[in-house]
Amino acid sequence: MLSYLINGISLGSVYAIIALGYTMVYGIAKMLNFAHGDVIMIGGYMAFCSTSYLGWPVIPSVLFSIIVCTMLGIVIERLAYKPLRDASSLAVLITAIGVSYFLQNAALLIWSSNPKAFPNMVELPNLVIGDIQISSVAIVTIIACIVIMIALTMFTTKTKLGKAMRAVSEDKGAAQLMGINVNATISMTFAIGSGLAAIAGVLLCSAYPTLMPTTGAMPGIKAFTAAVFGGIGSIPGAMLGGILLGIIEIFAKAYISTQLSDAIVFAVLIIVLIVKPTGLLGKKMAEKV
Amino acid sequence: MKKFSKQTISGFVNYGIIVVFFLLFQILSATGNLGSSLKGQLIPICSYIIMALSLNLVVGISGELSLGHAGFMSVGAFTGVVVANSLSTAVPNGIVRLFVALFIGAFVAGIAGIIIGIPVLRLRGDYLAIVTLAFGEIIKNVLNCLYVGIDGRGLHFSIKDEQSLHMEPGGRTILSGPMGALGITKLSTFFVGIILILLVLFYIQNFVNSRPGRAIAAIRDNRIAAEACGIPVTKYKLMAFVTSAAMAGSAGALYALNFSTVVPKKFDFNTSILVLVFVVLGGIGNLRGSIIAAAVLTVLPELLREFQDYRMLAYAIVLILVMLVTNNEKAMAFINGKIKAVFKKLRKGEAR
Amino acid sequence: MKKRLLALFMSAAMACSLAACGGTGAAAPADGAGASEAASTDAGTSEGGSGALTGTLKVGMIGPLTGAAALYGNAVTNGTQIAVDEINAISGDFKMEYQPEDDEHDAEKSVNAYNKLKDWNVQAIVGCVTTTPCVAVAAEANNDRVFMLTPSASATSVTEQGDDIFQLCFSDPNQGSASAQYIKDNGLGSKIAIIYNNSDVYSTGIYQTFSAKAAEVGLEVVSTTTFTDDTANDFSVQLTDAQKAGADLIFLPIYYTPASLILQQADAMGYKVPMFGVDGMDGILGLEGFDTKLAEGVMLLTPFSADAKDEKTVNFVKKYQDSFKEVPIQFAADGYDCPYAIYEALKFYAAKNGGLDVTDKSNEDICKILVSVFSDPSFSVDGITGEGMTWTANGEVNKAPKAVVIKDGVYVGL
Repeated sequence: MLSYLINGISLGSVYAIIALGYTMVYGIAKMLNFAHGDVIMIGGYMAFCSTSYLGWPVIPSVLFSIIVCTMLGIVIERLAYKPLRDASSLAVLITAIGVSYFLQNAALLIWSSNPKAFPNMVELPNLVIGDIQISSVAIVTIIACIVIMIALTMFTTKTKLGKAMRAVSEDKGAAQLMGINVNATISMTFAIGSGLAAIAGVLLCSAYPTLMPTTGAMPGIKAFTAAVFGGIGSIPGAMLGGILLGIIEIFAKAYISTQLSDAIVFAVLIIVLIVKPTGLLGKKMAEKV
Repeated sequence: MKKFSKQTISGFVNYGIIVVFFLLFQILSATGNLGSSLKGQLIPICSYIIMALSLNLVVGISGELSLGHAGFMSVGAFTGVVVANSLSTAVPNGIVRLFVALFIGAFVAGIAGIIIGIPVLRLRGDYLAIVTLAFGEIIKNVLNCLYVGIDGRGLHFSIKDEQSLHMEPGGRTILSGPMGALGITKLSTFFVGIILILLVLFYIQNFVNSRPGRAIAAIRDNRIAAEACGIPVTKYKLMAFVTSAAMAGSAGALYALNFSTVVPKKFDFNTSILVLVFVVLGGIGNLRGSIIAAAVLTVLPELLREFQDYRMLAYAIVLILVMLVTNNEKAMAFINGKIKAVFKKLRKGEAR
Repeated sequence: MKKRLLALFMSAAMACSLAACGGTGAAAPADGAGASEAASTDAGTSEGGSGALTGTLKVGMIGPLTGAAALYGNAVTNGTQIAVDEINAISGDFKMEYQPEDDEHDAEKSVNAYNKLKDWNVQAIVGCVTTTPCVAVAAEANNDRVFMLTPSASATSVTEQGDDIFQLCFSDPNQGSASAQYIKDNGLGSKIAIIYNNSDVYSTGIYQTFSAKAAEVGLEVVSTTTFTDDTANDFSVQLTDAQKAGADLIFLPIYYTPASLILQQADAMGYKVPMFGVDGMDGILGLEGFDTKLAEGVMLLTPFSADAKDEKTVNFVKKYQDSFKEVPIQFAADGYDCPYAIYEALKFYAAKNGGLDVTDKSNEDICKILVSVFSDPSFSVDGITGEGMTWTANGEVNKAPKAVVIKDGVYVGL
């Protein structure tokens, strides 16, 4: 029971970090960035290449992966999303899907379709309490998740740029009138979101160490679900949604059916949304007449 | 009055396109100029056109983003297969059986639409999108566990495995979980596909101009104002959603009965997205655009086969570029000019 | 003239296959790289009784070259390409033209790929790689009379589609019952836990026959858990379930990618239990970056191992590594054997019928020839996935599965 809970939290933390990326971009640009999962995959490959091929130690390779993903995020934003700033949200959605296909197929050409076993990035002993073992990766994931959440919350509430982000997400027009560079702020959000994706990629692949061009796709969708579950646009919501999703998934597998676990996860999501239509911690939007 | 007639003309142009499309392929096929590659794609194209049209009813006309449309296609597909399979002795005529399967597929998908629509339509915007996505995944997941068999005593269902169907000896398994439906008798024909498109098109075009259609448009444009005018929002939204689901169901049945096998996995999130791409590229709310986009984008990956490994990469780039160009006013103005010029040339060519 | 010759050949083929039913047919030429054949093809190019095989055969291949299953399709086409190049180098006046097509592991795309090949006037198909597309294409191919030899689509539903569909791999029931039998016979375990992928045809197929056979031979299945492609990252629940049920062996009828995760997570849990896999497990040692220590003691039933020391395998593995910088998995080996099987079959036919020129033969003719030879019990092929492979008339292959155990990072025969 307890070990299921810990496994659930660990799986959930990975979803949570990915969901943070979704939620930030959604909160500000109001777009569903379906390419996020694939940026995660690229992050995983970057860390894999730098450790396995170049023999770099863990921290530089994680940093390298973050830098590459951040730049990738900026480039994608510049080329594909920025020209569509004023277009309908559906047009942006389709473009994001195009970017997702592009990244997956580019990865397929670069790294071939053979899966790679991700090296263990966290070389610490497992924690043993009584007869329960907690893997070190799980602990690192959970800690990383909490640290990132706190840092992001601080960033959005305390720094000038963070405040600008919140202002843009609140009301683009008004923010512009207040002298905030809306375009730069949105680009910045993408950069941060993609940097987070790199960390998520490293943690995802450390916890479940196979790396393929499609690695990011399903966790991406699950994390998106988690973000909505917690209330999309809300940082603590993404965290809560991710962890709850992980726990529900593990418990559904353990106590109900391994066959139907996904169906159960999505059913819970639907029930939550019906009861609370903007997610667990989502803001209630007042309807303007 | 003038506007009305313009719409009617536009509607007839759409029928015309479909009929010309049909005749063109009949002629090509009769003269042996139609390669097997294109010939094999005709029925899938028909199903995708119906899918795109029906999704347009939800996304374009009703203004709700649905990411689980393939789920209804799936329900229709498997219902159609089960129906066609169980009626194989009762109704020996293939075409009649196909129509029965299409109808029941549409009907069951419509029921699924009601079940899903009632909770879903309480939500708005992206939350609605995610719930439809979730329903699509649930349908896929459940069908992955669903086993259906038929024997002398009738249909048997199980969500565990084939053994627990407890069939009499001589019974056939129609659906077996992840393996989906095997040994389907191919019933779908291009002609029926075209008829179905025309029916769907006829229905949607008239629906848009009917009282409920106008009410739905009013709700899309301003929900609160519409509500204030006394329009029952949920009822009309549900009407569009269920109609769309039923159409998707018939498209699914048509699709499934064209292949000897079909699996639940086929109708996943990616297929929903694919259909959404047709609708968005064709122009939201634009039926003719949906038809053309569905046909072109189904054929495109096949034409890109020359690129081998770079094929899907090329497809992705084309997709992004098209979105960028169609959302750029200057580029659109330029292209519209070009297209007109090309059409002029074509007309001249035809005249000769 | 040509037609008459053809008719002659057809009747000869029929007679030949009839005669072969009596079991009196000559043994097949066994060695793929046989020097004697190469010499004899030099002798003459006409169909005039020299027994020579000449002409150009258009061989198509269908498999997932992109998408989630790209791994398997690419392995097959790489292996097939190597074999085709080898055949073209040794076969004198006979040449194979090879055209792979992508199907993205999707039935619809696969039928499209098949139609594309048909427009190319394909004469025989290696494929499809995965089961669901294969069933869809097989129905079409049977209709059009195109011969198909699938390297890896192992469900029985594939060969049920028609008499011209043959498998080079074991069928799923074959593997499932062979595994159960093997575990029982060798006393490897009595309380079995099974973890399988219930969204995968291959995995579900093996599971169903395994559990039926296990019940028959008296193996107790104490835990059956599943996962899907979408939930194939966390296996803690499945492993805990097996552990709680006191399983002394875990049967994994799954591919090596999820299997590597299961091994890794069992290790992280500190759960040590013997694991038994099937041919999809092969490749686990070649997984880039995988700690082979985790796979220590894993047993699997596989027709191919990249570590085998026989000349053909060594040659193939070396070529594969030179060209693609990877260790070939079993799919690549299956892909490698397919063109050889087709080549051997055509040679077999040519030798019996005084030569064969395959150029301009329609797919119907080639299909008839190949079906007659493959259904002939005296026809056998030695490949790297099995010695003396023969086929039944309904398309299934007969070859002996090899059980291996992983010791010190290499396969050791059991």
